[in-house]
Amino acid sequence: MSTANGLNLTLKVWRQKNDKVKGQMETYQVSDISPDSSFLEMMDILNEKLINEGGDPVAFDHDCREGICGSCSMYINGEAHGPGREITTCQLHMREFKNGETIYIEPWRAKAFPVIKDLVVDRGAFDRIMAAGGFVSVNTSGNTQDANAIPIPKADADKAFDAATCIGCGACVASCKNSSAMLFVSAKVSQFALLPQGKVEAKERVLNMVQQMDDEGFGNCSNTGACEVECPKGISLDNIARMNREYLSASFTADKK
Amino acid sequence: MSWLKQTFTSSIGRKFAMALSALFLVIFLLQHFIINFTSVLSEKTFNEISHFMGTNVLVQFALQPVLIFGVIYHFVMGFVLEIKNRNARAIKYAMNKGSENSTWFSRNMIYSGFVILLFLCLHFYDFWIPEISHKYIEVLPEDSTRYFGEMVEKFHDPLRVGLYALSFVFLSLHLMHGFQSAFQSVGARHSKYTPAIKKLGTLYAIIIPAGFIFIALYHHLTAL
Repeated sequence: MSTANGLNLTLKVWRQKNDKVKGQMETYQVSDISPDSSFLEMMDILNEKLINEGGDPVAFDHDCREGICGSCSMYINGEAHGPGREITTCQLHMREFKNGETIYIEPWRAKAFPVIKDLVVDRGAFDRIMAAGGFVSVNTSGNTQDANAIPIPKADADKAFDAATCIGCGACVASCKNSSAMLFVSAKVSQFALLPQGKVEAKERVLNMVQQMDDEGFGNCSNTGACEVECPKGISLDNIARMNREYLSASFTADKK
Repeated sequence: MSWLKQTFTSSIGRKFAMALSALFLVIFLLQHFIINFTSVLSEKTFNEISHFMGTNVLVQFALQPVLIFGVIYHFVMGFVLEIKNRNARAIKYAMNKGSENSTWFSRNMIYSGFVILLFLCLHFYDFWIPEISHKYIEVLPEDSTRYFGEMVEKFHDPLRVGLYALSFVFLSLHLMHGFQSAFQSVGARHSKYTPAIKKLGTLYAIIIPAGFIFIALYHHLTAL
């Protein structure tokens, strides 16, 4: 049954079987989409239609559907997570689009994020960067000090918390004209560097994480600020400046050769 | 790999070096502008300062090599980084709205930089090569009053004045992003002073190139 304000849309979607073959944009029509539905619900409707027609549904990452997990990595109409600020794709609603509009839906584009299938990319590069130093080493002897017993200035705690809200979605890489991962890595470096627990390993951490970032093939930061604008969690460029300071000072003072 | 090489071949180290060379060039451009501007005020002063800059040992053999290194490094690394950055994205987006999240200046530094490089070729052809030839190849007798006349003569040609003016427009576009970006790359960012740096950068990017255009036009028009 069609509704009075249902949207009829043309979708141009990137289809790619796997990372070995070339992909291409395919055109689909969806009709009578409720403006109140989320973008992912619209994708579900498209997939139901494709399955009913015997076709291959569009593969896309999704999990929590409430803006926390960072899975839904779609480049919609030329922007990461589509129009709107500080939202993920699951928080994007169809009321942002007009009836009859053509919507381009593409995966994150970066050499370091190879396409697995359609709109799903492998963001394992972020995991390897985290494994290179994005943690605080603690022993498990049972005598770990209570974090609340360590005085931390409120301003530092707030900045660390803001940095830690990064969900590692990769929108920064997708939006950056250079596919740079600086906003993600700087958020992870900052959330530890600002806290006393993280300061112990701060120098080695930043050196190792930046090294891993470079090894993964991300581009360099041109300070365009696109990442900050498109970040669903509003991670600030302050973090990139902090990582630059941390990295340069660690380069000259760390024991690591 | 030594730690120093490791640092300056890392993504952050390269950008740090780019920023240092940029800040050096910003200071150089300011002093170049001030000296050139004296030509509008007094032929004698311009000749005296030009003679000093052209013959002072410290300027010629300490600062000039740093300048040449800075210019070459900035251009070469600019292109190296551009190639690396382009390689980081093998497939381009079918639809990309860069203007929604960043300025035109910031996304097109390579193009504004390329125009500045072309301008420098013309500028070297006009002034630097004749200067080197005068001093070291032909070894002509030193004349401390020749500089003003040499400069004014170049600005007789309206095409050259037009090319200079166009180049300075691109220099302005480059500086609109480059000035404040250099501070970010060296980690100098704080809510206390970053807004002031951004305003200063915009002022610098307008006043200095506009001033250079004014000087070229002034000499062209007064010689008519």
